[in-house]
Amino acid sequence: MYTQGLDVKSDSDRAPPADTPTGPEERFQARVDAEEKIEPRDWMPDGYRRTLIRQISQHAHSEIVGMLPEGNWITRAPTLRRKVALLAKVQDEGGHGLYLYSAAETLGASRGDLVGDLLSGKAKYSSIFNYPTLTWADIGAIGWLVDGAAIMNQVPLCRCSYGPYARAMVRICREESFHQRQGYEIMLALSRGTDAQKRMAQDALNRWWWPSLMMFGPSDAQSAHSAQSMRWKIKRFSNDELRQRFVDATVPQAEFLGLTVPDPDLAFDEATGHYRFGAIDWSEFERVLKGDGPCNRERLEARRKAWDDGAWVREAALAHARKKEARAQAAAA
Amino acid sequence: MTDNALFDYLLRLGDTSLVLGHRLSEWCGHAPELEEDVALTNIALDLVGHARLLLSYAGEVEGQGRDEDALAFLRDVYDYRNHLLVEQPNRDFGHTIARQFLHDAWALELYEKLMVSADHRLAGIAAKAVKEKRYHLRHSGEWVVRLGDGTEDSRARMADAFDRLWRFTAEMFEADAVEQALAAAGVAPDPASLRPAWEARVDAVLAEATLPARPAIIGTSGGRIGRHGEHLGYLLAEMQFLQRAYPGATW
Repeated sequence: MYTQGLDVKSDSDRAPPADTPTGPEERFQARVDAEEKIEPRDWMPDGYRRTLIRQISQHAHSEIVGMLPEGNWITRAPTLRRKVALLAKVQDEGGHGLYLYSAAETLGASRGDLVGDLLSGKAKYSSIFNYPTLTWADIGAIGWLVDGAAIMNQVPLCRCSYGPYARAMVRICREESFHQRQGYEIMLALSRGTDAQKRMAQDALNRWWWPSLMMFGPSDAQSAHSAQSMRWKIKRFSNDELRQRFVDATVPQAEFLGLTVPDPDLAFDEATGHYRFGAIDWSEFERVLKGDGPCNRERLEARRKAWDDGAWVREAALAHARKKEARAQAAAA
Repeated sequence: MTDNALFDYLLRLGDTSLVLGHRLSEWCGHAPELEEDVALTNIALDLVGHARLLLSYAGEVEGQGRDEDALAFLRDVYDYRNHLLVEQPNRDFGHTIARQFLHDAWALELYEKLMVSADHRLAGIAAKAVKEKRYHLRHSGEWVVRLGDGTEDSRARMADAFDRLWRFTAEMFEADAVEQALAAAGVAPDPASLRPAWEARVDAVLAEATLPARPAIIGTSGGRIGRHGEHLGYLLAEMQFLQRAYPGATW
């Protein structure tokens, strides 16, 4: 569903200091500049590899953790059509997680280690999933806003310099835009519905608007990895550029729904052709990122419980595979 | 055969798919492996999909203006017609798989026979569903083998799961006036006729899984006529919450 957090300053992950240009490094950059795709067996700088593993695995973790807030409403979806759509969406997210982990594995990471980092709390996932889904309208708002923001972030990743990631993103983006339309359609039904449904829709927009804007990461001035990632063509647009595009695209959609964006400073600027919006409360962003959001603990606990409860299943599958292999070898001998 | 019998029969099939799909969907995000999150969600999706086709058709046969949602969300426990087997709670992954396997082995046999139903609409639904049923049975059967012939712990869990579930399987092969009328009209097979193939499939998988053999089954039944266990009420309370809390709203 979405990548973020990648641009947050972190001492251990700080981009390496300007490398002294060497032969392979220069050739690598020349290929990137020429818009060639870098493939798994190609030489690449360690920093490029580390950045991609971090970004791709954070994206994978986000898909997996993102299954929880939405999965929360599968058993309570209001109609069978909505239930089926939501099941399909959450299934897609699991699928995205699978192929993103595979993309990370092409860089030499192991899925087991990456998942271990998620469960231990070492790895980050998108903070947006640390907010609760309180009503059915939240499922609409997530599709519309969260997937909408994700698409803004991810469409440029289809042109990422690393081939396996770029190709995974093509498929993911196609599915995400379908999810976004579904989410908007949920909001549309609610905003055309009863007063209670309209209230539900407005309440969801009130709660998801600002966290959605935060999904683009810190402002360009604060972003730690941006410059290097841009040079490597992992990143194509700055956080603030993408955020602005999202606001410009989304505000008219909110108006069409008859909902009010919870920002008193929001105004269309005729001169620039863009919406100006109010200041983002970055202290909230930091707080949620550090683990003190509304649902951080619940999300990680749920992932850990699933993993721990499933240990006997994984052990049994492994034991069975070994027995089968031993039997096959004995038969062949 | 009366429309009433067909209506009842479609509810029995549709409700069984819906309730089992609901149970599987409870796993979403909580499975032992990511691959199983995807697989269980996918199977839930198929089952709810089948339920939609069956309940929509049931609503049309009834002719009282009830659509799939009116039937799914606005009936109480005693009007639900699902098998008792599928309303049993998930417990652990092993119980979920055992429940699924016992159902799948029955469902594949049934839907293969329904493909030649004298009712063309039902035959069409079955033709669509049967491909998915084949995959479901392969999935659950392979897991029964893995978990049965896995570790000591997994074997004990599977043995416990089957031990708890056998008693709910007899119902799948019972017939009352509804099934008898449909069988006479060539719309549905006589449920008892599904039993030999079901037993053969189940026995083969249990043997491969090194699990205890199928016991003589002393059944408990009633789901098909609306006599359920305590679990179904909670399931419906959750599933029907929005439609009950906001009557008449469009979603």
